[in-house]
Amino acid sequence: MTPFLELCDLDVAYPPRKVIREVSLTLHCAGIGCLLGPSGCGKTTLLRAIAGFEPLQRGSIRLEGIELSRPGWTLPPEQRRIGMMFQDLALFPHLTVSDNIAFGLRGWKATERRARVDELLRLVSLEEFAKRHPHQISGGQQQRVALARALAPRPRLLLLDEPFSSLDVSLREDLAREVRTILLREGTGGLLVSHDQFEAFTFADEIGVLDTGWLRQWDSAYNLYHQPANRFVASFIGQGVLLAGRIGENGQANTELGDIEGESPAGCVAGDDVEILVRPDDVIHDDASPLKAEVAERAFRGAEFLYTLNLPSGARLLCLAPSHHNHALGQQIGIRLDIDHVVMFRRNWSVNCVER
Amino acid sequence: MEVDPSAPPCPYSQSFSQSKRDIEPLSLSRRAKSTWIGARGFDRWTLLVVGVALLLALPVFAVFFTALQPAGDVWRHLVDTVLADYVLNSVALMLGVGLGTLIIGAPTAWLTAICEFPGRRWFEWALLLPMAIPAYIIAYTYTGLLDFAGPVQTLLRETFGWSRQDYAFPEIRSLPGAVLMLALVLYPYVYLLARAAFLEQSAAVLEVSRSLGAGPWRRFLAVTLPLARPALIAGMSLVQMEALADYGAVQYFGISTFTTGIFRVWFGMNDPTAAAQLAALLLLFVFTLLVLERLSRRQARFHHTGQRTQRPLRLQLTGRWQWLATGTCLLPLLFGFLIPAGQLAVWTWRTAPKVIDDRFLELTSHSLLLASGSALLILLLALLLGYGQRLQPRPMVQLAVRGAGLGYAAPGAVLAIGVMLPFAAIDRTVDGWAREWLGLSTGLLLSGTLFAMLFAYCTQFLPVALHSVEAGLTRIRPSMDDAARTLGAKPRQVLWRVHIPILRSSLLTALLMVFVDVLKELPATLILRPFNFNTLAVRAYELASDERLADSASFALAIVLAGIGPVILLSRAISRARSGYDPLS
Repeated sequence: MTPFLELCDLDVAYPPRKVIREVSLTLHCAGIGCLLGPSGCGKTTLLRAIAGFEPLQRGSIRLEGIELSRPGWTLPPEQRRIGMMFQDLALFPHLTVSDNIAFGLRGWKATERRARVDELLRLVSLEEFAKRHPHQISGGQQQRVALARALAPRPRLLLLDEPFSSLDVSLREDLAREVRTILLREGTGGLLVSHDQFEAFTFADEIGVLDTGWLRQWDSAYNLYHQPANRFVASFIGQGVLLAGRIGENGQANTELGDIEGESPAGCVAGDDVEILVRPDDVIHDDASPLKAEVAERAFRGAEFLYTLNLPSGARLLCLAPSHHNHALGQQIGIRLDIDHVVMFRRNWSVNCVER
Repeated sequence: MEVDPSAPPCPYSQSFSQSKRDIEPLSLSRRAKSTWIGARGFDRWTLLVVGVALLLALPVFAVFFTALQPAGDVWRHLVDTVLADYVLNSVALMLGVGLGTLIIGAPTAWLTAICEFPGRRWFEWALLLPMAIPAYIIAYTYTGLLDFAGPVQTLLRETFGWSRQDYAFPEIRSLPGAVLMLALVLYPYVYLLARAAFLEQSAAVLEVSRSLGAGPWRRFLAVTLPLARPALIAGMSLVQMEALADYGAVQYFGISTFTTGIFRVWFGMNDPTAAAQLAALLLLFVFTLLVLERLSRRQARFHHTGQRTQRPLRLQLTGRWQWLATGTCLLPLLFGFLIPAGQLAVWTWRTAPKVIDDRFLELTSHSLLLASGSALLILLLALLLGYGQRLQPRPMVQLAVRGAGLGYAAPGAVLAIGVMLPFAAIDRTVDGWAREWLGLSTGLLLSGTLFAMLFAYCTQFLPVALHSVEAGLTRIRPSMDDAARTLGAKPRQVLWRVHIPILRSSLLTALLMVFVDVLKELPATLILRPFNFNTLAVRAYELASDERLADSASFALAIVLAGIGPVILLSRAISRARSGYDPLS
C-alpha cells in the first residue's frame, strides 16, 4: 500500500548551515506521529519543510504518494491541504472565533461553510464563544479555536508545532489526549513536534527522536524506551545511566555490578569495551545484596525516592526505591540489577557511527 | 491520489476519502503542475519590489548622475558669485532653526513630561498644533501682521501718535525672521522626541541621583539633560533637514539659499546641470544630517535599555513657578499657531465672499483629489514594498527598499529636478525617434504631466507611509502569515485578508499624514505641475507673492485646517502611550 506520509532522505538547510540531514521516515494510514528532540535539533524546521515553508536541498516529501517537495520545487503551503497548529497559535485577532474557523473555508457554499463551522464549534465545545474575539477567551479555549481552525478545511495531515507548550503540565496531557481523539474521529493524520516526551507518549503512535538534524530513531514509545537504537535515544528518552563494561570470553559483559547477559552490539568480540543502559527501575534496592553503593543525592517523588548512587569506581547509578526506604546521604545501601531487556552499546563510538 | 482499493483496510480511510470529495477544488494533480520556486528562490514579488524600488530611487540617482557632468559656465559663475551666499545662508538658517527649536522644544517637553502646572494636560497636545501650519504660510501671515500697514504697526502708531520716522521696527523679511518663522512651526519635532526621552528616563536613575544628594537643578543639568541629548540631537537634525528643504518661506523673504538657488538656476538661467549640481550639494548636507540623526537614535535606544520603572510623581510646581511654566508653554502655541491662524481667519472672514467662488471650489477639489489619489497610491506602494520585504527578507530586497526610501528628507525642489531630468530625457528621445520615423512630434509625454507630479510625491512621501507599514508589519508575528497560508490563502490574499485588516488604523493614519503632506507640498508642485494646473498651496503662494495676502488666506486656512487632522491623531497616540512614545521613529 502507499504510505500516508513519506519523507525520503531529506536535507534542509539555511545556507550554509544544514539543519536537517538525511531524514527518512514513513507514517502509515493517517496515523499520528511525533518528532521529539531537544531545542535546536531541527524538529520545527522539518515540520515547516513538510508544511511547504522550507525548500529541500535533497530528498522528497510525499503525501499519499503525491510528491509535495523536491529540490528546486516546492508545492506552495496553500495548495498542500496540510493544516498546522502553531506554537503561538497565531489566531487572527481581527476575526471572531467562528470567522477564524471559517478562514480556510473560502470557496465553500455559504450553507456548507456554516454547517462546517458549527460542527467544529461543537467538536471543540466552543459553541457559546462563536462571536467572541480571540483576546476575549482563555488560553485553553484559544488552543481549541486554533485546532478547529486548522481542521476546518479537512486537511489530510495536521502538523502541530508545540501547540501545548504554553499550558501547564496537567492541562497539556489532557489536551494532547483530546486532540488525539479528535484527529482520529476526523480521520486526519497528525504530526506533533515536541520536546516533552510525556506529551509525545500520550499523543503519538510513532515517535521520531531528532538530534542536531539527524533522525536517531523512528519507533513506538515502548521501543524507544526499552530498545533505544543508540546512545542518544537511550539518554534522551527516560532516565538512566550507561554503565561501563567489557565483553568477556563467555560473551557476557563484565561490569562493576557483575556479569550481564545480553545481545552485544554487532561486531563486538571479547575484550571490547561496551556500555549497558541501566534505567532507575532496573536497579533494585535490596539490603541483602552484597553489592553496596553510597547515596550521593536523593529526590523525594512521593511514592518513591530517586536515589543517585556512587559506585566504588566513581561511576553513578540511578535507583528508584519505594519511599519508605528512607536513606540519608552518604549511607551505603545494598542494590542488585534486574534488567529485562539489556541494551548494550559499543563504548567510545561517536553517536553518529551507531546505526541510525 | 485515491486510496489504493487493494490496500489493507485502514481505519480512517473511509472518512478520509469522504473528506477529499468535499473539497474538490484542490485537486493535486492539477495544482502540482504549477511550480512555485522555494522560499529563497527568485519570484515575482522580488522582481516587483526591486523594480518599484529602483524606480523610486531614480530621482536621487538622476540628480547625482547629472551633477557628475563637467561643470559649465553657469556653475563657474555660481561659484564665483552667489554660491558662498547660498551656503552661508543655508548653514545659518540650519543652525539658527536648530537652536531655535531646541530653545522652544526642550523646555516645553520637559515641563509637560515631568512637571504639573495649570493647563499641562492641554498643552501636551496643543503644543503640536504649529505643525499644521506650513512654513510659507506662517511666513507671509507674519509679514502681513508686521508690515507697515499691518495691524501691529498701525496699533503702535495710533497708540503713541508716531509717524513713520519716529520708530524703528525690526524687518521680519530677513534671515533672523526666517529662522524665527521656521522655528515656530518646526519645534514640535524636537518637542515630540524630547518629551518621549524625558518620559522614558527611568525614574530609578533620577532617584539614585537624588539619593546621592543632587538638588533639582543639578539633577536636571547632570542627569536629565545628558540622558535626553540623543533625542534632542535627533529632533534637531530632523528640523534642520526641514529647514534646508524649505522653499516657500525663504523665497518669500528673499533669502538666497540652496533651494531658491536651484529654482533660479533652473528657471532663470535655464541650466539643468548646474541646478542638479546645486541639488547634489544640498543632498550631501541633508544626508549628513540624516546620518547624524540615525546615529543619535541608535544611541538613544542604547540609553534606554534600563527597565521601565513606575513613573515618579510629577513635580508639582507652585506659586509663580507654575504660572511661569504655563507662560512658557503658551508662548510658542500663541505665536506658532493661535496668532497666525487667527490672522488667517480674520482675513478669510473679510475676503471669503470675494475669493470663494467656483474657481476656489474647483481648485479645492483638484487639491483634494490629487492629495487623496497620491496618498492611496503611496500607501499601496508602501504595502507592496513592506510586504514584499516580509515575504523575501533577503539582502537584495532590503537594499532595494532602503533605496526607495532615499527620497526621505530630500527637499522637494531636489526631487522635482530629479524627476524632470530623466523625464525630459525620455521625452526628447521619444520625440526625436518619432520625428525621424513617423514624421511627427510627440511633444512632452511625461514632463509637465500629472504623472510626473504623482511620481515626485511618491519618491518624497513614500518613506512616511513605508515607515508606518513596516512598523505595523513587524508587530504581526510571522506565524500569522504561515497560518493563513496553511489555510489556503495565497501570499496576496494573506495581505488582503490578514495584514490589512489588522493594520487598518495605522494604515489610515499613514494615509492621512501623506494626504496632508501632499496638500501642503509647494516646491515640487511648482516645478512639476502641468500648465494651468493649480492647487491650494500653489494658489496661496501665488497670491501671497503678489502681495494679495488677505486674498490668499482662504486657501491657506483650508490647508491649515486639513493639517490639524494628523496633529490630533499624533496627540491621541501620545496620550495613549503611558511611557515614552516616539511617533517619529
